Amino acid sequence: MTTTTSPGVTRRGRAAAAPPAIDPRPRWQPALVILLVWFVVWLFTRGHDTLVLLGRDKTSVMNALNDFRDHMLAGRDTNPLMRITGALADAFRSMVTWLQRLISIPAEPRPVPRIGWLGVTAVATWLGYALANWRIALLTLGTFVSFGLFGYWSDSMDLLIIVGVSVLICVVIGLPLGILAGTKKRANGVIEPVLDLLQTMPTFVYLLPIVLFFGIGAASAVVATMLYAVPPLIRIAAHGIRSVPATMIEVADSLGQTRWQRLRTVQLPIAKRTIIVGLNQTTMAALSMATIASFVDGPGLGKPVLAGLRINDVGTALIPGLLIVAIAIMLDRGTTAASERADVIARGGGLKPPVHRALLVGGGLAAVAALWLSTQKFWAAEFTDRGIGRRIANVADHAVDSVTSSISPFTGSIKDGITYGLLNPLQSFIAESPWWLAFLAIAALAFVLGGWKSFVPALACLAGIRFFGEWHNAMITLAMTLVATLLCMAIAVVVGVAMARSPRTDLAVRPFLDAGQTIPAFVYLVPVLALFGPSRFTGIIAALAYAAPVAIKLVADGVKGVSATTMEAARSTGASRLQQIRKVQLPMARASLVLATNQGLLFVLAMAVIAGMVGAGALGYDVVLGTTRSEEWGKGAAAGITIVLLGILLDRIARRAAEPAPKETQWLSLPRGRR
Amino acid sequence: MTTPADSSALQVRGLWKIFGPKAERLIGTPDAALSRAELQRKSGHVIGVRDVSFDVAPGEVFVVMGLSGSGKSTLVRLLTRLIEPTAGTVVLDGQELTAMDDAALRQVRRDKISMVFQHFGLLPHRKVIDNVAFGLEIRGDNKTNRRARAQNMINLVGLSGYEQNFPDQLSGGMQQRVGLARALAGDPAVLMFDEPFSALDPLIRRDMQKEVIRLHDEVGKTMVFITHDLDEALKLGDRILIMRDGEIVQIGQPDEIIGAPADDYVRDFVADVNKAHVLTLRWVMRPPSSDLEGVGAPTLNQSTIVRTAARTVLAHQGVVRVVDDAGSFVGVVDDEDILRVVVAEQDHE
Repeated sequence: MTTTTSPGVTRRGRAAAAPPAIDPRPRWQPALVILLVWFVVWLFTRGHDTLVLLGRDKTSVMNALNDFRDHMLAGRDTNPLMRITGALADAFRSMVTWLQRLISIPAEPRPVPRIGWLGVTAVATWLGYALANWRIALLTLGTFVSFGLFGYWSDSMDLLIIVGVSVLICVVIGLPLGILAGTKKRANGVIEPVLDLLQTMPTFVYLLPIVLFFGIGAASAVVATMLYAVPPLIRIAAHGIRSVPATMIEVADSLGQTRWQRLRTVQLPIAKRTIIVGLNQTTMAALSMATIASFVDGPGLGKPVLAGLRINDVGTALIPGLLIVAIAIMLDRGTTAASERADVIARGGGLKPPVHRALLVGGGLAAVAALWLSTQKFWAAEFTDRGIGRRIANVADHAVDSVTSSISPFTGSIKDGITYGLLNPLQSFIAESPWWLAFLAIAALAFVLGGWKSFVPALACLAGIRFFGEWHNAMITLAMTLVATLLCMAIAVVVGVAMARSPRTDLAVRPFLDAGQTIPAFVYLVPVLALFGPSRFTGIIAALAYAAPVAIKLVADGVKGVSATTMEAARSTGASRLQQIRKVQLPMARASLVLATNQGLLFVLAMAVIAGMVGAGALGYDVVLGTTRSEEWGKGAAAGITIVLLGILLDRIARRAAEPAPKETQWLSLPRGRR
Repeated sequence: MTTPADSSALQVRGLWKIFGPKAERLIGTPDAALSRAELQRKSGHVIGVRDVSFDVAPGEVFVVMGLSGSGKSTLVRLLTRLIEPTAGTVVLDGQELTAMDDAALRQVRRDKISMVFQHFGLLPHRKVIDNVAFGLEIRGDNKTNRRARAQNMINLVGLSGYEQNFPDQLSGGMQQRVGLARALAGDPAVLMFDEPFSALDPLIRRDMQKEVIRLHDEVGKTMVFITHDLDEALKLGDRILIMRDGEIVQIGQPDEIIGAPADDYVRDFVADVNKAHVLTLRWVMRPPSSDLEGVGAPTLNQSTIVRTAARTVLAHQGVVRVVDDAGSFVGVVDDEDILRVVVAEQDHE
């Protein structure tokens, strides 16, 4: 509703809220003043009160957190919460162990699992054919054989087991919740904020509390994976149900349907396709988190990757990393193809030629035979390790060495340029400031950029960061996050605009982005580590690789969303290509740019923890330490909480600052007004 | 003109719909008498339907006509309580819908009313036959019965051979035939149409209108038909209710609407209508100067449509006598009267 047309409305609007009316001063002017003051004070006070926490130093808050942990653990048998989580942990653990004995580890007294590699591979391949098509079957066959060939059979099975169990729990919990959120407004009001919280929390942060309640090992891996993977399913299922056209609901009502009939015959069938998309997302998320869960001793392929990263041995980490990517591709393509085929069958196209049916039956029989064989013969049960994996690792090591040494002048100059030109100055500015100075300056910036609505949460977050004692590390992480986000947005705008303007570029780039999004988070570290060695910069690049695909897609889609008519009009005025981009496309894609920045920030921050182990240090390092050393749990928890607070702080400032200040900004009126 | 209340298929009394947080409290206060715009400015409430009462006789085609925003779509939803009325009563076949609990209302919807929607509302994941049988499935008919019944309905609307297709394989007109068949399948007492043909091309629309007329002749259902198209209203309606801003402007038979518009709004509305196709002799005749005027001339009933009467009148030199249903002599028409309607119908402009 426009405020200018009706006199009654404008009068009330003016009386109620004066400030948002028209403020001719751009908001960056006071922000610049604050930065200037910050700089001047910093010149005289740098290095004082920076709250550096050396080595194993702990504040009293961290010790209190440790005490709290000890208290909880001591009350394991009496505390009702601990008893419930304990029982759940036992249930998950025994479920995982049972499956492991079935296909992955020796089922005592047998020296091998109950079903050997041949049986598992045959059944998986047959399923690929039955549920999807022969291409997926081949992909599955290749992936499973390579598990054994490279000597990671049992780790691969473990990873699949964790993913499978978690996804199963996700479906059992997530589908009803998704339906509830999709049909009941009030339920959605409760569920939505919880999902927001779960999804903004950096991946790593929930590992610490989960370890406390579920102990180290498979149970924690399952719970962490489930918590990370369930939000997309709930959200997308709810969205699918909500987007069932109103007419169809009306039809159902007018025919006298009960709620249950409506759900069963109208809402679920129509939302089915969307729900399957959600399931695909959930599976991919589960794979990503199940890999990371090796930090809490979760079984799976993450373990060898982690071991390789810990000793900076790229060769060791490379093969399991690649296998994880192979699993990702297999699961992604497999679920997509299966859902497409299910659609075809539902529409009556499922009647396949006799050849196919013969293959299906024959393949099934062969799979059963292989299954039986694998329980009887040792060669079919245990994949003989021919040392291929080790040989490839060695080759890879050499290759990596020669590649790195040959391009090291290049990578080195990028690294040095960004480290000395951007990262170091920023870090010394932010982290070498006395804490009170940075505190006041950031709060003031929040106020001038976002008003009260960002000032209050910013103040709370800053106070929280100060309270938990990780101030100095938080400032270092902040500096890295800002640099990474800046680079991320620069790349996103360049690539995104290029993609939006040329369908061919889009076609060429998009598969890489899709792949980037399907690859589990910390597999990125392997090649980046190979190229740049352990350093803060490596952490930044890893974060960039993780965050950029999302940001690029958002920018590309946003720019593409600018209507063809508007672009035509812009061209008709004789705007040059750069003018079109600068004056029409980017301003009109503003909402997407803001969203991309926000997502970029959160993704970068999520990666900060993982980057902590390749030399990025700061908060990430403390969190990693907390998951591995019991006496550092409190410090790790404090660092984890600090990351969350940092995330909220940045999110609030960025979101508010990006809101158009006066109602009629030049952004919005430009395309129509300037002709 | 209105049929006695006890024998009507649908009886609506004092029906109101006000959208807004405290809608119930507004009824009966002076605010309720404010115009739509004033009320919205004053309290933020929007009047959807204001104090509407009418009766629909069994077997009648009752058309509700109005422009967009006139409240006609809200009205039809109030009749089945797809939208809850703020006040007023709706009685269908002697049962008061507005007093029912959810279960009873559901039963009525299953057995007595069906609706045809503007955007068809077909379920994309079901074949044509299962779409038609959908309502029967809802009310729990067994599969053999509902399939047989659905097949009959598909034949009735002329879609034989398309049973196994999916809705998106059909054209818009065919999709709406499926919608029609679905509505007819439950053998309802009353059929409600919410602008069923406005999403269709003009030619298809004409076909579908004929189809409705044919079906009405065949099955004789009571119909409430919502439209924004005056020609459609005149073609289909036994009676027409014209709405504006949620209120009734006029209720009457097509020739009454054209011949005696209630106000300037309706007069403006019907200005472009081809009056010769709608008006009857009653509206063009003049009282006879004496009982003997035109003795020996042809005699026509007063409910003859002008267009039909034109040939007789023009062929005859002088006046033609007009009689009512009882046969008594009520007026005369001559060439001038007919031509005024046929040729110079836009004279007031």
